[in-house]
Amino acid sequence: MSSKIVVTGLGIITAIGNNIEESYHSLVNQKSGIGPISILQTIHKDNFVLGEVKKSQDELIEMAEVDPQEPWTRTALFGIIAAKQAFNDAGLDKSKGKIGLVSATTVGGMDRSELHYTSFVHDAVFNAFIDTHHAGDSTEKIADQLKIKDYLTTISTACSSSLNSIMFGARLIKNGIVDKVIAGGTDGLSKFTLNGFNTLMILDKDQCRPFDASRRGLNLGEGAAYIVLEREENAKAEGKKIYATLSGYANANDAFHQTASSEEGDGPFLAMKNALDKGKLSPEDIDYINVHGTGTDNNDLTEGRAMIRLFGDKLPAFSSTKAYTGHTLGAAGSVESIISILSLQNNTMFPNINFKEVINEIGIKPISKVEKKELQHVLTNSFGFGGNDSSLLFSKYVGS
Amino acid sequence: MKAYINGLGAVAPQETLDKDHFLDQVESYNENRLQIIQPNYREYINPKVLRRMSKIVRLGVVSAKIAMEDAGLDQPDAIITGTGMGCQVDTEKFLNAMLENNETLLTPTAFIQSTHNTMGAQIALMLGNNNYNFTYVHRTFSFESALLDSMMMLAENEASNVLLGGIDEITEESWLIKTRIGYFKFDSINSLNLLGDKQTGALAGESSAFFVLSNKKTDNTYAEITGTSTFYKPESIEETQERISNFLSVNKLSPDSLDLVILGYNGDPEYDQLYQNLEETIFNLCSVAYYKHLCGEHDTASAFALWIAAKALKSNTIPEIIVKEKKKQNSPKNILIYNQFRNINHSLILLRQV
Amino acid sequence: MEELIEQLKVQIIEQLNLEDIEPDDIDPEDPLFGNGLGLDSIDALELIVLLEKEYGIKIENPKDGQKIFFSLKSMAEFITENQKN
Repeated sequence: MSSKIVVTGLGIITAIGNNIEESYHSLVNQKSGIGPISILQTIHKDNFVLGEVKKSQDELIEMAEVDPQEPWTRTALFGIIAAKQAFNDAGLDKSKGKIGLVSATTVGGMDRSELHYTSFVHDAVFNAFIDTHHAGDSTEKIADQLKIKDYLTTISTACSSSLNSIMFGARLIKNGIVDKVIAGGTDGLSKFTLNGFNTLMILDKDQCRPFDASRRGLNLGEGAAYIVLEREENAKAEGKKIYATLSGYANANDAFHQTASSEEGDGPFLAMKNALDKGKLSPEDIDYINVHGTGTDNNDLTEGRAMIRLFGDKLPAFSSTKAYTGHTLGAAGSVESIISILSLQNNTMFPNINFKEVINEIGIKPISKVEKKELQHVLTNSFGFGGNDSSLLFSKYVGS
Repeated sequence: MKAYINGLGAVAPQETLDKDHFLDQVESYNENRLQIIQPNYREYINPKVLRRMSKIVRLGVVSAKIAMEDAGLDQPDAIITGTGMGCQVDTEKFLNAMLENNETLLTPTAFIQSTHNTMGAQIALMLGNNNYNFTYVHRTFSFESALLDSMMMLAENEASNVLLGGIDEITEESWLIKTRIGYFKFDSINSLNLLGDKQTGALAGESSAFFVLSNKKTDNTYAEITGTSTFYKPESIEETQERISNFLSVNKLSPDSLDLVILGYNGDPEYDQLYQNLEETIFNLCSVAYYKHLCGEHDTASAFALWIAAKALKSNTIPEIIVKEKKKQNSPKNILIYNQFRNINHSLILLRQV
Repeated sequence: MEELIEQLKVQIIEQLNLEDIEPDDIDPEDPLFGNGLGLDSIDALELIVLLEKEYGIKIENPKDGQKIFFSLKSMAEFITENQKN
């Protein structure tokens, strides 16, 4: 049996679009979704910009086609919207094998908890939202909507969460636990997260400038993205379109500091290197990297150093797409996996908008305009708190 | 897939650190909230590091250290944790400060440590360990997902030794909140009188249990884990019975051939009924044990049950305090741990003696 | 100035939860970070909030912290200077 795991479905909702087509359109037209805050109720409304999905609770409930009487968090609604797209795109059929759901989130239902927390503690008005707080809630809401029962779980490893859920999803298939997996992540913006990152003083008040010498920090975003994974022979037998092959993956720990990356990017280096080893590819084989590139001083410098360590003077084209979507945290890995797959599929690399000047210490330059090129192998990175570093390797599907 | 338990360490509302005792002197509680007996952290953690760690992180690090020491392991090839609610103390601290000060004058430490993967990260940091590091956060699937991942890592030859942990804490605030929605009991009872209490809700609790899992047996091996599985929202008790029987038959066992089942009775009559039903049907020939009168209900309680089962298999003793029904007289050769959360998340762990 | 330094010692120990350290253990001239007291970048952020909360001084760029928080003495000097204004 072939061990090749392929991607057969995609679904996404972020500040740059409510589906794949809209997202692609924004990317090729260099249209950022980051702007003034209009949805999140916060005293920092005029101090920061965010990559918000400009939809109210009611609008999201309508898009997700769910019962408005039930308690829904933004995190769950995004998850349902994106996972449904992926499910339908892959034409998943519950009679054809076991389906698993591996979802990721960083703050779970915090977007509602923080609105009602005082009530949780002091009266009983918003009790319905007490049990939507835990991280597994959005996963179960998605599973219930899609009637998935065979396997479900939730991963939370900060900003690398949804690369890890894709990785685990692929391994569930390889180990015969399930036949197909919907994997990805979801996070709704919350005051908790905005204020948290603000205490770290790594939020840019303007649109972020990843890999630029003048970068001042990141912008937060929100949304969800899911991909469907299955074995190649499965997909072929069912006559499905195949977007890409998941040819390598790795997770490593930087073991340096709770929030900052090590000087030379040990964890990021290991994640990229081990992903290549897993895919039996060498650095020269990589055509493009969708980098983590948050726009913070520390990330871009150390990620850049790790890339130089691995690729030397043969650094492939790279760009960060954080300046489009914002940093969507638990969804970032799967959002950027989908962007990487769109790159592969369309032989198109999306520019690192807002870049002007190289960072002196590393002297590397991301692509700054839409570039067309035959792409075979694309790497995508996500690094998180706790030194949690992951890379996935997607390759153009070649039939066998 | 299989894994040997080559080392373990736990902290719980019971005495667990003394190797000469195995639940023979039991603590009982009248507060409906069973809290971990805190160890002397300084024996295990450098004070410079300690100052920033909240309780759950300290407990995770301590139990991880004990497990690794027990197995004689310096560096695991993977660190995999499960936690249903994560770092609640830090989450509440940051959330309350944010709400009270209207988003001003906030400091970063609680926010940073509120991340669910803090325990795994701090263990890696302390060991200088660059390996695979995952955290599962799905209610009562959390520990079992981490266990499945660990067993997959061993099966894939990606790891020879995995450090696996399950950990959850109960704060006063989260206890009050969940008492309000009926998850926990309101009127206090003695924890040892958990069975048969008519009041809605469970007793709340917490624990941290870590294991070194390996693909090789050593002199210190406690038991072999032969399988784990989870299932979600069964439509009927018959489906539950069928799922359990199927899981056992995949592992070449039948319910009748089990020596002991450890069930997740938590004192909530509505959901304890499910265990009772299984005791009277598929498990009617097995000895039955329970444990949440010792540690209270929490998302990773089954990790503590695994700690009990592994020690029981190694020492050939079943502590009297966990016995509910004794139907088989021999010392157990195989044990099934079955747990469910409000008939939503069901999980199974199967072990055998080596 | 000396009074301010003594006050800062107590505040820092509390804010950073320096369990094993007594006010007398900290020499006002010793570096707070690195080899001195062993503080790190997260502590620097905590100290920025301490300045705002206790002394009403706001620091916008975390990089400024490196100089201000070099030692207790530099911190006290910074506070004295900025409170005059």
